[in-house]
Amino acid sequence: MIAKEELDRAFDARFSPEIKEKLQAARVAVAGLGGLGSNIAVMLARSGVGHLFLVDFDKVDTTNLNRQAYTIPHLGMDKTDAIKMILADINPYLDIKTECVEVTPGNVSRLFGEYGIVCEAFDRPDRKAMLVRELLTQTEAVVVSGNGMAGYGDADEIRTNRVNGRLFVCGDLTTDVGSGTGLMAPRVAVCAGHQANKVIQLILK
Amino acid sequence: MVTINGESVNAAGKTVAQYIAEAGYNAERVVVERNLVILKKEELGETVLEDGDSVEILNFVGGG
Repeated sequence: MIAKEELDRAFDARFSPEIKEKLQAARVAVAGLGGLGSNIAVMLARSGVGHLFLVDFDKVDTTNLNRQAYTIPHLGMDKTDAIKMILADINPYLDIKTECVEVTPGNVSRLFGEYGIVCEAFDRPDRKAMLVRELLTQTEAVVVSGNGMAGYGDADEIRTNRVNGRLFVCGDLTTDVGSGTGLMAPRVAVCAGHQANKVIQLILK
Repeated sequence: MVTINGESVNAAGKTVAQYIAEAGYNAERVVVERNLVILKKEELGETVLEDGDSVEILNFVGGG
């Protein structure tokens, strides 16, 4: 296995020790490990975020391969287990915690109450609204949500919108997967990139 | 008048739930902030809009 010192050296060549220490000390939760969440987790792991808490109750299936971080060997696995495999191949020295559970208003506080930054990465609109509402009313977390990334319209319609000091919403805010437009890898990845970038900004601010 | 998503709306006296239904929103898919406070789901039906209120309705669409 690659030595931790070797990975650290590669990071040190690009960024200052202050940045590395802040990222290594950061604790970020991601709720939902589909197209948004799996890509967010990969980007945060590559960026050296030291602790990730990743939550999903779903298994990897063939319809995920068009936009999610998983590959054929992961089919049938819990997404929480599959993402751990992927992240271990990027950086085996990160502290990755997962829970295979459906998020409900009743467990939001237990799951996310100790996290300063939580990414909302669900797919159904009612579930997205529920999670954002419950995080903002039950916890102190800053929430980075994804809203509107279906189809193949202009990628630069996807933006990071500051709603208030505790809520950032990334997306075009309008393109609904239910309106006959499917999800495709590029715009989903653009939106995930907006979310991961906002998380890094929040960590380094 | 009530300011809703930046626009002046004649909605004083209505509950938030009434307003969002009339405006065509699905209450299950929105997060509502009134005067910088996020409303819990059960508060939508109890909260009566008053003149001068500032409301943000964040509507979620599917996909992730």
